Amino acid sequence: MVKQISVFVENKKGRLAKITDVLARAGIDLIALSIADTANFGIMRCIVSDTDKAMALLRENGLTASVTNVIATEVADRPGGLAGVLKILDEAGIGIEYLYSSVRTPNRNAVVIFRVEDISAAEQALEGNSIKLLDEKEIRGI
Amino acid sequence: MYWNKDIECMDRERLTNLQVEKLRATAIRVYNNVPFYKKAFDEKGIRPEEIRSLDDLKRLPFTMKSDLRDNYPFGLFAVPKEQIVRVHASSGTTGKPTVVGYTKRDIENWANLMARTLVFAGGNKNSVVQVAYGYGLFTGGLGAHYGAEALGAMTIPVSGGNTQRQIMLMQDFGTTIIACTPSYALFMAETMEEMGIDRSTLKLEAGIFGAEPWTEAMRSEIERRLGILAIDIYGLSEIMGPGVASDCEHKQGLHIAEDFFLPEIIDPDTLEPLPYGEKGELVITTIDKEGIPLIRYRTRDITALHPEKCACGRTMVRMEKVLGRTDDMLIIRGVNVFPSQIESVLINIAEASPNYQIVVDRVDNYDTLDVQVEVSPEFFSDEVKVLEALEEKIRNAIANVLCINVKVTLVEPKSIERSMGKAKRVIDKRKF
Repeated sequence: MVKQISVFVENKKGRLAKITDVLARAGIDLIALSIADTANFGIMRCIVSDTDKAMALLRENGLTASVTNVIATEVADRPGGLAGVLKILDEAGIGIEYLYSSVRTPNRNAVVIFRVEDISAAEQALEGNSIKLLDEKEIRGI
Repeated sequence: MYWNKDIECMDRERLTNLQVEKLRATAIRVYNNVPFYKKAFDEKGIRPEEIRSLDDLKRLPFTMKSDLRDNYPFGLFAVPKEQIVRVHASSGTTGKPTVVGYTKRDIENWANLMARTLVFAGGNKNSVVQVAYGYGLFTGGLGAHYGAEALGAMTIPVSGGNTQRQIMLMQDFGTTIIACTPSYALFMAETMEEMGIDRSTLKLEAGIFGAEPWTEAMRSEIERRLGILAIDIYGLSEIMGPGVASDCEHKQGLHIAEDFFLPEIIDPDTLEPLPYGEKGELVITTIDKEGIPLIRYRTRDITALHPEKCACGRTMVRMEKVLGRTDDMLIIRGVNVFPSQIESVLINIAEASPNYQIVVDRVDNYDTLDVQVEVSPEFFSDEVKVLEALEEKIRNAIANVLCINVKVTLVEPKSIERSMGKAKRVIDKRKF
């Protein structure tokens, strides 16, 4: 299980630039990143090098952000790699809210971030099938 | 052409005598039947029998929209409920609507006044009147409908919307007069152009357009694109509905039906009456209504009055086109909207922050209203579906109260401008 930051992004020019700039100035590194967008707003989800510091900075800058627990898995970077992981979760009856992959790739593997409702059930299912899960320290080390 | 020449062209002296007589009778009736007015007259130390001239009008108490709300729903009715045959309602400043009631005679008088208005637009019993105002609690649809029937015209109660069908009926039924909001008229003109409708296949001669502010430039555009005479009509449900005042073909201001409504212009700050020609707030006293007569009702509309006899021969005083308000009421697609109504909806939704801004615009002749609501950090979710559900919840709650569809946009906290003192809640980008 790892901590992810979600930031509300108003549908206005320059908002993402502002958010990333706030993080950049403090030397915070983005390890994984995804943007969900709708017609009216967006949500930026990211895993950063220093969650607490990033949260404090975002709030200081008047941004709406929250911390969510997600699962980070190492997935073989080959055809069917992700499909295999998804099959395990599906068979365990675990629904996925969203997923995205990391910008960094360790050991020629991909890192996929999952947001599920029941984290411990998902972790159990994945570990039971020998899927490597990354913890807070590991994901920041890749 | 006149509907009732004797009344419409009455000389000022006779008209004044008629008005004084009706004013006195109205004052006596409300004093005896409406506790609100008895109290208000008593507080001013006025006895209704003392009314001897129109000069006495300025001694009478004002009535505000909030007085209708405070006496919701029927507290200002001046007749027993069994004599009321219909009610209409418009938006109040908060959740509750402003309710008005009509006796059988009120409905007949209203129909006659609307028929008079239709004659202003060249209507007669051979006319085919298409009523594209909304039917319902809003006075527009039924008001125009009863007027067209009283005139003896063929009446098409099509109500608003479904533009292509409106145009088809216009062609097939040979509509000569269209009644709708001016922005809808322009929208119809555009749709016709898109559909490739040849103007010569239409029998349209005139339109009676009202329920929202519009400019002379818009009038010229409607007249050019639809090839018709465009008449401005004025009304408000508190006073009666459409038919309180209307342009004639000379378009030199809207003739107020002075045999039913006594107009005054006041300075909205000092509340002192202003002379003819000066701009101020229009105040109307209904002098021939049974259901809900109102004394010195503050319309909040800004205009000026001109008493000179019109080229059409009518003597009834003319009011300038209404182009402003003394309060923050917005008119969106003909519907009255108060920012306070939106605020009261937001306060009742825990997940919504009461920090909001309303952005009004007119896009392709269609009024848009965007309610921008700040996301409160406590209810922020990282899931799109949760935030979208919140938008939907706010949108539905507002639609329930306003009876119009609005757009809801979530924005970042503190992104809505805080000015010194009062927050700027409304940005109206429309040009009137």
